[in-house]
Amino acid sequence: MSLDKIVDGLNEVECDVLVIGGGTAGPMAALKAKLKNPGAKVILLEKANVKRSGAISMGMDGLNNAVIPGHATPEQYTREITIANDGIVNQKAVLKYAQECYAIIQELDRYGIRFQKNENGDFDMKKVHHLGTYVLPMPNGDTVKKALYRQLRRAQLLISNRYIATRLLKDKDGRTAGAIAVNTRTAEFLVIKAKAVILCMGAAGRLGLPASGYLFGTYENAANSGDGYAMAYHAGAKLANLECFQINPLIKDYNGPACAYVAGPFGAYTVNNEDARFIECDYWSGQMMLEFYNELQSGKGPVFLKLNHLHENTISEIESILHKVERPSRGQFHANRGTDYRSSKIEMHVSEIGFCSGHSASGVFVDEFARTTVPGLYAAGDMASVPHSYMLGAFTNGSIAGEHASDYAKDTDFAAYDPEDVARERERVLAPTRREDGIPPNQIEYKTRRFVNDYLQPPKVPQKYRLAQSRFAEVREDLETGMIARNAHELLRALEASSILDCADMAAASSLFRTESRWGLYHLRTDHPGRDDENWFCHTLLGKVDGQMTCEKRAVDPYVVPIEDDEKDLYYRQRVEARA
Amino acid sequence: MPLANTPTSVPVVVDNEKCIADKGCTVCVDVCPLDVLRISEMTNKAYMAYDECWYCLPCQCDCPTAALTVNIPYLLK
Repeated sequence: MSLDKIVDGLNEVECDVLVIGGGTAGPMAALKAKLKNPGAKVILLEKANVKRSGAISMGMDGLNNAVIPGHATPEQYTREITIANDGIVNQKAVLKYAQECYAIIQELDRYGIRFQKNENGDFDMKKVHHLGTYVLPMPNGDTVKKALYRQLRRAQLLISNRYIATRLLKDKDGRTAGAIAVNTRTAEFLVIKAKAVILCMGAAGRLGLPASGYLFGTYENAANSGDGYAMAYHAGAKLANLECFQINPLIKDYNGPACAYVAGPFGAYTVNNEDARFIECDYWSGQMMLEFYNELQSGKGPVFLKLNHLHENTISEIESILHKVERPSRGQFHANRGTDYRSSKIEMHVSEIGFCSGHSASGVFVDEFARTTVPGLYAAGDMASVPHSYMLGAFTNGSIAGEHASDYAKDTDFAAYDPEDVARERERVLAPTRREDGIPPNQIEYKTRRFVNDYLQPPKVPQKYRLAQSRFAEVREDLETGMIARNAHELLRALEASSILDCADMAAASSLFRTESRWGLYHLRTDHPGRDDENWFCHTLLGKVDGQMTCEKRAVDPYVVPIEDDEKDLYYRQRVEARA
Repeated sequence: MPLANTPTSVPVVVDNEKCIADKGCTVCVDVCPLDVLRISEMTNKAYMAYDECWYCLPCQCDCPTAALTVNIPYLLK
């Protein structure tokens, strides 16, 4: 087979700051690292192409969490996110985001990304959250990647496309020394020595199997296969609250957002099969998802997004947004099935599970400067633990990471890694290419993800979880001893399959550790159905200790924004009350 | 265990009349987040080499000659 033929090769480069992942947080982190210290050498590494990679490949229809003076305060936002996450947040990081995000909005505006304004020239904010007002539409959100790319070119950043990072390098004291990457077209190796590394590798979105059975028909960009979670784990970084899964209400089969955040402010809402509303608020939280799930399981499913009561002009406006930015193939999907918003409702469903702090709270543990628990290692975006951070959180926290890492690198020397680590990693990565026959990556991946659905999908039953762990161990044995990759592209998929299996094991271990229920459907344990604040008002941290996966508790830092007792449970009041 | 090939109907369709890959264009191959498009060594035109599509559309939207159509993959259509 001549396609994507494997080439033997190893190159080495060095830089001050290495940013891995060119989606949303990554380009911003690289840009800010460079601008902070223009003399610094910054490399942006991406397994696809920075022009169109990541969750916002085609664009984004709005900011879901904009804290704009006059509409909201950073303290209000921090309070809402704390309540929406049942109190388990590192408030300093949320507050820092909330304080910095307005400056980032102004910066994006200067890049040419326009935000919707009303007739007075003020930002046209929409209320979607349960309590405050944070949603800001982006009428030309389809240009966001292009605008960002222009800035990268202007700063003359070094971009390496089509390299997948596989493992981090550290010195004997545990300090970050760089990363190892493999070319996705040739399988040539690249060792990047770096003083600081920023991980911006997105969600673990290829974890559960979509109901369609199509491996790549995921809610998240299917390129986001959890490589960052796996790499951080193997580097010894701690990962927070992984049991707080991402599960979203989506268009059935299409598996994209419906999207209540866009259509909701125009008057659309979610209904059951009796055309009745059953949730007060369409903002994605675990409690909202539990009500959604319960409705689907009851005789009142399916659940629909209803727009057909709206005026023709309103529907046209919604269509022009939904069929142009973020997931533009949505229009074709509806047309194939004869679904017209004017006459039909949109059938909704519950997505497969994943890890994504952008929408929930599971991620590599970071502080308010995006520092992980490994010296010299940073994380931002969907894979870092700042909850509900969405696109603006990726930009803002990416910016925070870039600036901090740039200053850190300025005062730091290169850490020395053991060359044996590189040799060992080459052998591990290339093992599937050395076999004559075996199991292809797509079968390893399918089987892992099918077991994720069979056993890990909430409600969480411990006996099922332990069965899952046994099955994952068997798949791991097959992966390590029998997987075959016949070319460089299959090797890319083989590496991703390995990340996916690591994430599946992490999802199981962290869910078994927290013996209570929290975050609505995200962590609903059948054997511990209630919330147990006495024992579990804490983060869980998963890590690799002496080669073993371990879990521990970490106290929630004292709040910087106090929460009153009568506010704590506001997100539990989601179900529409029966009215006489 | 030996390998077999299973047929699959791929979502990305290329109009060879319009495709200018034979003149050196690689835009669709470059922008695909899943890296599933290639230029055929036989026809010198773009084609979908791997059925691993997120139906996200950069290939279709960025193609300078509108030669590509992304259909919804059959399993979820």
